[in-house]
Amino acid sequence: MIRRHHVPPSVRLAEISPEIAKPSRRRLLRNGLSLGSLALLTGCDLSTHSGVDAALWAMLRFNDRVQAALFDPQRLAETYPASAITRPFRFNAAYPIWEVRMVPEDWGLAVTGLVADKTPWTIDRLRGLPQEAQITRHICIEGWSQIGQWSGVPLHLFLRRVGADLRARYVAFTCFDGYSTSIDMASALHPQTILALDFEQQPLTPEWGAPVRLRIPVKLGFKSAKNLESIAVTNTYPGGFWENQGYDWFSGV
Amino acid sequence: MFLSGWAIYNASPSLPFTFPWGLTLGGWLAGGIAWHISVMWVLFAVGLAYLAYGTISGHFWRDLRPTGPRALLRDLGNALRFRLPHRFGHYNAVQRLLYTAVILCICVQVLTGLSIWKPVQLAWLARLFGGYPLARNIHLAMMFCIIAFLAVHLLLVAIYPRTLVSMVASTNAEEER
Repeated sequence: MIRRHHVPPSVRLAEISPEIAKPSRRRLLRNGLSLGSLALLTGCDLSTHSGVDAALWAMLRFNDRVQAALFDPQRLAETYPASAITRPFRFNAAYPIWEVRMVPEDWGLAVTGLVADKTPWTIDRLRGLPQEAQITRHICIEGWSQIGQWSGVPLHLFLRRVGADLRARYVAFTCFDGYSTSIDMASALHPQTILALDFEQQPLTPEWGAPVRLRIPVKLGFKSAKNLESIAVTNTYPGGFWENQGYDWFSGV
Repeated sequence: MFLSGWAIYNASPSLPFTFPWGLTLGGWLAGGIAWHISVMWVLFAVGLAYLAYGTISGHFWRDLRPTGPRALLRDLGNALRFRLPHRFGHYNAVQRLLYTAVILCICVQVLTGLSIWKPVQLAWLARLFGGYPLARNIHLAMMFCIIAFLAVHLLLVAIYPRTLVSMVASTNAEEER
């Protein structure tokens, strides 16, 4: 799990930039090698409003643009035989497994924003749409990965069915466990991006994201939001639970 | 790159050890990744410039090309007996081998880094390194190789501080002998 670390006072970029700006080779070496300044920089963890944190956020945004340019909408993630499925599959969420929420009695999947048809969806209606199965690698931002099996409705098909504006920039997901995330439209329309209803050929149980979850193998694991309650198509940057704390937004793989 | 990489590794260690948090950069996973990605672009630019310079100027071919095993054995024997004759601007056989090796390590480090950053878009690269999980461990192993090189390097500088001059100053080999 992610642990928060003690945050010492940070250095402001304005305080050190006059030094950095001087082109003297030796001074640059000396500053670069100074462990003291590094110790101060460890305070820059994207949670403060320091100049260094602002610079890091700017680099993340630049990096997101590069990632969007690298993304090939036609390139498929590798698929695996059933024998490669990781068992037992690791549970992972922003909370421990005993805090998993049950599906609310009156559950329905809301569709909002730039869509023609805003009728909420039931599981039966979702099961009535064409289904797609996949065995793909789920890669966590923490570095671990595991191979799982999901099936459900391709998101591109769902978005067309509800008359979504496919030129919109973002598709945002909110979950009844308090989680949220968002993805770019190009990744939402990728053929392997699905609204998963089944895990290992069984209907999803609450810990695996019941009753419907996003499964998107071209993004890091935290984008595959579980326990969905609404989908929004929008041009306003929606952010997300982890994205707002500093995970890079695009997070494509 | 090292310190932020250790913060990322600590989020989910693939081997049974972690790096002391006091030595990491970024404070937590997101901070570590932000640092790693930011410095990555700097390293990428500087590295490409260095490789271009080393190739075009003939520095790699003239100074770093590994020599035959005989010269290597001679210089290695000298080095192990701490007989280290230094001619500024000249690289002995052990140095040639080690510098070539560490440049290759850094290249592999960049390539495995790219492969675990984009294991789908650059799937061919991840396959080259045996798939995502193995590429991740090669990335870790290369880090240790580069650290080992740096450790030996710093140790020798501590023993022969005057070599520091030839590392950072632009020296004329004949004048400063």
